[in-house]
Amino acid sequence: MSLLEEGIASAAGVGVSATRPDGKEKARGDFLFSNDLSSEDMLWGQTLRSPYPSAKIRKIDFSQALAMDGVHAILTADDVPGENIFGLEHPDQPVLAFDLVRYVGEPVAIVAANHPEVAKKAADAIYVDYEELDPLVNSQKAIKAAPIHPEGNIIRHLVIKHGDPDAIGNIIVEGEYEVGMQDQAFLGTESGIAFPSADGGVDLHISTQWLHSDKDQVASALNLPDDLVRVTLAGVGGAFGGREDVSMHVHLCMLAMHTGRPVKMVYDRNESFLGHVHRHPAKIWFRHSADESGLLVKVEAKVVLDGGAYASTTSAVLANACCFSVGPYRVPNAVIEGWGVRTNNPPCGAMRGFGNVQTCFAAEAQMDKLAKALSLDPVEFRLLNALETGDTLITGQEITGTAPVKEVLTSLAEYPLPEPIKSGLLDLPGGTGRTTDKSHVKRGVGYAASIKNLMFSEGFDDFSEARCIISDGEVLIKSACVEVGQGFVTLVGQIVEETLGITDATILPVDTSIGSAGSTSASRQTWMSGGAVLKACEAVVNALIIDLSSENGVAYDKSGLNLVSKDGSHSIDIATALQGRNYDEHVTHRHKRTFPLDHNGQGNAHVSFAFAAHRAVVDVDEELGLVRVVEIATSQDVGRVLNPVQARGQIEGGIAQGLGLALLEDLVLNNGKILNANFTDYLLPTSMDIPPIKIASLIEQSEPGAPFGAKGIGEPPVISSTPAIISAVRNATGKKLNRVPIKPEDLVF
Amino acid sequence: MDFLIASSTEDLCELLAEDPTRQLLAGGTDFMVEVNFRHRDVSGVIAIDRIEDLKQWRHDGDSVLIGSCVTYREIERGPLSTLIPALAQSARTIGSPQIRNTGTIGGNLATASPAGDMIPVLLALGALVNIRSKSGTRQLQVDELITGVKTNSLQEDEFIESVRVPVLRGPQEFLKVGPRNAMVISVTSLAMVTDIDKEYIGIALGSVSASPCRSKEAEYFISENIDWNNMTVQSGAIENFERLIRESANPIDDHRSSSAYRTHTIGVLGRRALFRIFRLEN
Repeated sequence: MSLLEEGIASAAGVGVSATRPDGKEKARGDFLFSNDLSSEDMLWGQTLRSPYPSAKIRKIDFSQALAMDGVHAILTADDVPGENIFGLEHPDQPVLAFDLVRYVGEPVAIVAANHPEVAKKAADAIYVDYEELDPLVNSQKAIKAAPIHPEGNIIRHLVIKHGDPDAIGNIIVEGEYEVGMQDQAFLGTESGIAFPSADGGVDLHISTQWLHSDKDQVASALNLPDDLVRVTLAGVGGAFGGREDVSMHVHLCMLAMHTGRPVKMVYDRNESFLGHVHRHPAKIWFRHSADESGLLVKVEAKVVLDGGAYASTTSAVLANACCFSVGPYRVPNAVIEGWGVRTNNPPCGAMRGFGNVQTCFAAEAQMDKLAKALSLDPVEFRLLNALETGDTLITGQEITGTAPVKEVLTSLAEYPLPEPIKSGLLDLPGGTGRTTDKSHVKRGVGYAASIKNLMFSEGFDDFSEARCIISDGEVLIKSACVEVGQGFVTLVGQIVEETLGITDATILPVDTSIGSAGSTSASRQTWMSGGAVLKACEAVVNALIIDLSSENGVAYDKSGLNLVSKDGSHSIDIATALQGRNYDEHVTHRHKRTFPLDHNGQGNAHVSFAFAAHRAVVDVDEELGLVRVVEIATSQDVGRVLNPVQARGQIEGGIAQGLGLALLEDLVLNNGKILNANFTDYLLPTSMDIPPIKIASLIEQSEPGAPFGAKGIGEPPVISSTPAIISAVRNATGKKLNRVPIKPEDLVF
Repeated sequence: MDFLIASSTEDLCELLAEDPTRQLLAGGTDFMVEVNFRHRDVSGVIAIDRIEDLKQWRHDGDSVLIGSCVTYREIERGPLSTLIPALAQSARTIGSPQIRNTGTIGGNLATASPAGDMIPVLLALGALVNIRSKSGTRQLQVDELITGVKTNSLQEDEFIESVRVPVLRGPQEFLKVGPRNAMVISVTSLAMVTDIDKEYIGIALGSVSASPCRSKEAEYFISENIDWNNMTVQSGAIENFERLIRESANPIDDHRSSSAYRTHTIGVLGRRALFRIFRLEN
């Protein structure tokens, strides 16, 4: 569609490229991120972390550290006022380790001092007597190994059985695959500031994804009543799932309450890699079978996700990995078995794509293999098996919403392929390293497609609250929806303009003085909090209609942005009618109910599904194993485009992360210790690695039940871009490439 | 902590003589990382990035004298990039534009990283390093300055004043392998420079030994197989040439690469550089 090439429109309302209200500030460096916050009398916090993946804590002696000039407090597990345990889905992780440390980087003690360097030196001066234990670092062995945690090593074991377990097609392909540990690598590291309050409570300002989840976990750990913990959003420098879990939250509040002074913490880059969860490494076995006509008969899989030492969101990630393991295809028979396990590796949890990423990489490789075995074109084979509305997923759930898998694939395949590179060395594999001449290059093309569930699943009571306040004609919107860069702040203005005809809506501080908006994750906030804001605005219009009707003794109806009396004698636009009036409408928005999976993994566990397909074109220098992605083209099922520029932003960003997983981004572990917890060696794609991204088509089919018919668009771009790139490299080289990220040497030896 | 700003090279000599434990800060692109990681305990720092003499370079006939605080950016672009093309090519591979705007040639040498990108080029060219202190000056070859992984032979009160780099007539190549297309620590790198007047070929390798090193065996061998008048090389010599390059390397396994991949790629880089400079004789 052509709107993607349009400039930035000046109009607002839904469907146009309204500009971000925080855009200029962010571009100029004026925006206040969480690490810009400060306060008079402020102390600096520092965390002492375990150097061992598994050890007993025999003794902690911080007397010397506490005696240092400028040190105000050193706290350990003994000082946690409430439950020394937290967790996003399920509490199983100590706020501060007390008997054992279970991963490298686990917090053991916290320091408050008058200067960050003093705090660091004090942390260095704390003596911890550890007794090292043999770490458990192999996820497959963890299933049967001695437990490393009182709750055992298996966080979740999930079986999906669908159709006839004995069915089998004549054409069979099998493979084992592996996905490494990707990191969200947001540019703004964890930071926040906590203020002790006169009422005995605490105010926490922090960059996060979900204020209310933080609040509940902090209150429990501090043993404070709910209303004494107040969480306010501080400017977020990227999240991608890595801020969904509690990191420094409880530590900051403990130090602030203990010292009676504001306490600020900022993780440095190295600590950030230790301080948040990562994408689950996965080991996956697949067997696919099809009949001779190319229809899928059965898919079998075994999936092991390494959850690291604590549960975080492993359970839900595993559900996604298994429920959507077969991809956006009609599969009549399936047996999928998944394990989410504990090891002494760093904890893993939410990251953009949330479980779908891992199995999509493996399943799309299988689809290519099957296409080859059937002598079918990879797109043609996928089209033969593409899901449609009315089809049933392997969980037994019927797709009742839109499912334009065929449209996505067809429009992508029709998009023209790029020309060979004509420019110089820097545009070929190796880039600035000038390693590769045109004669060394082989070109490859690969396709992949994906399915992603939108919103929370498996019976979770998923809701968002919003208030629309009219104060003498001015619009104020209150919501606890976290802006992590996705553009909710833009969308709020668009919704207000669309429903009330008023520009310049003010978004009130985002905090816990209103009910939860849920997490900014799972591609859910446009649907959930966008839906809540829409409902709140509509509630204002309804209240206005009632008032107008009673004042004028005649019923009014809404007609576009006007209110018209039934007798036709009077018409007034909503914005004008709101002048001089005051309203405060508070609503809660829920999506349709979902249900848990039964013992066979069957059930209506999910709300809605979004589909995408990617085509990668790569140039490969086989002799050196270097890859240059030439172009990524994509088509995506979006329901409706609400803001074309922001839609493109999500798509480009997601593809960049997908490319990172394909070629670069891998936390390298040695016996539980991350060897590359820095940006020197954890390689994110640069502008020279990201190719032109072409949007072949955005399929706009209105999704029933979705506000404005729009589907979440943040996650699909990351899911099938990775397998498309690897498929293209396989196409160029003939290598198997069963693990991502691929390394140059995988192509050489 | 003392933080001092040197205004001239004389001033710097004095400040170092006063307290030789003071450490030098030029671009800070290595230094500050070490300070932030607390790998370096600093009691005193002398900023040298405002010393005009150190920021200058000049072309003296058959060589250029480059002040130690000349930045990667200045070498990457502008007249130096045509005088010493391989040095500019290596500068382009270092870090991000921000790093290249502040990092310096003197810092690249003094840090003495096995992966220091300019070092193979300076080795291949036979550059000389001018060292200075209050007690005088001395001149070192690059391989006399760099003594091991991140170690150098500078005395505590000495600093690198400038680098003398020969200007040669003949093609030059710098090639570097890394998994990312820019802004990456080298997995292997290779510099090849030629002097068609002296019929000289210089080859040096990066990231395949404790310090970047010349591949003299490969240089000698291939010199015998080059026709300098026609700029061609004997096709029968290529295989042995690659082998000699590989044998000059003594790489390690680490989280960036296996030694096997380093050994493989260094040979490939040698061949490719050779083929960019010389045509194959049939």
